[in-house]
Amino acid sequence: MKVLLVDDSVTMRRIQKTQIGTLGITDILEAGDGQEALEKLKANMPVDLVLLDWNMPVMDGITFLKTARADAAFKDVKIIMCTSESEKSRVVEALKSGANNYIIKPFTPEALKEKLGL
Amino acid sequence: MDVSYVNPFINATLTWVKNMVGVEAKTLAPQLKRPPFPHYDISGVIGLSGGAAGSISFGFPMQSAVAIVSKMIQAPIKEDDADLIDAIGEIVNIVAGFAKRDLTHLNLSISLPNVILSNHILAGLSGAPTIVVPFTCPLGSFAMEVSLKTN
Repeated sequence: MKVLLVDDSVTMRRIQKTQIGTLGITDILEAGDGQEALEKLKANMPVDLVLLDWNMPVMDGITFLKTARADAAFKDVKIIMCTSESEKSRVVEALKSGANNYIIKPFTPEALKEKLGL
Repeated sequence: MDVSYVNPFINATLTWVKNMVGVEAKTLAPQLKRPPFPHYDISGVIGLSGGAAGSISFGFPMQSAVAIVSKMIQAPIKEDDADLIDAIGEIVNIVAGFAKRDLTHLNLSISLPNVILSNHILAGLSGAPTIVVPFTCPLGSFAMEVSLKTN
């Protein structure tokens, strides 16, 4: 399984990378914003899963999500929104825009594992 | 300031420590901030606007910040590591974002976090009282300062 972590926080990427590593996944890519994530996605397909932050500079998570879902090449990529913004309206917007699931920070390793479907 | 507004931030802090650091934190008695003001080595600050205006801050002694962040990222970190600054900013961002869900009636927006280094005190919004909430956990102590004025 190949996973792309998209978050402008190095801290969050380190936490996620460690937690995902404990699940036996070692093929992990990282991007600091949506634009970089699109480039990493195009260059590294097939990517199975994207763990996507919401608020980022350059290109935010929802813009990345809509852009990726508009490209047939990425239709099978599972995308999980990872956000500290827990209002239902934003979650609904993400799910309508093509997110497969979401996880609210602060999350436990167990919750992440469950959301990843592992 | 309506002190009930502080509770969502306390609950969010306890949830962050439990879920992402993996230890239990306890609160000591919240206090109205008065001199002598507490000093911190590193702090994360986020501005709040909307139906209320002000800020939420976390102030740490360096030893506590290093121990808590090292446990959170599951790797040793040094006090001069740039990732420590990123982590302190992310902590206040996570807590403010999580607390918002219990303050939806205030329609709060949160700013990008700022991190302050070196021995300092924190100043809240002018004209708004500041509540200081001390926390302790097995990795050290820290304090949250909430300064909020409803519009």
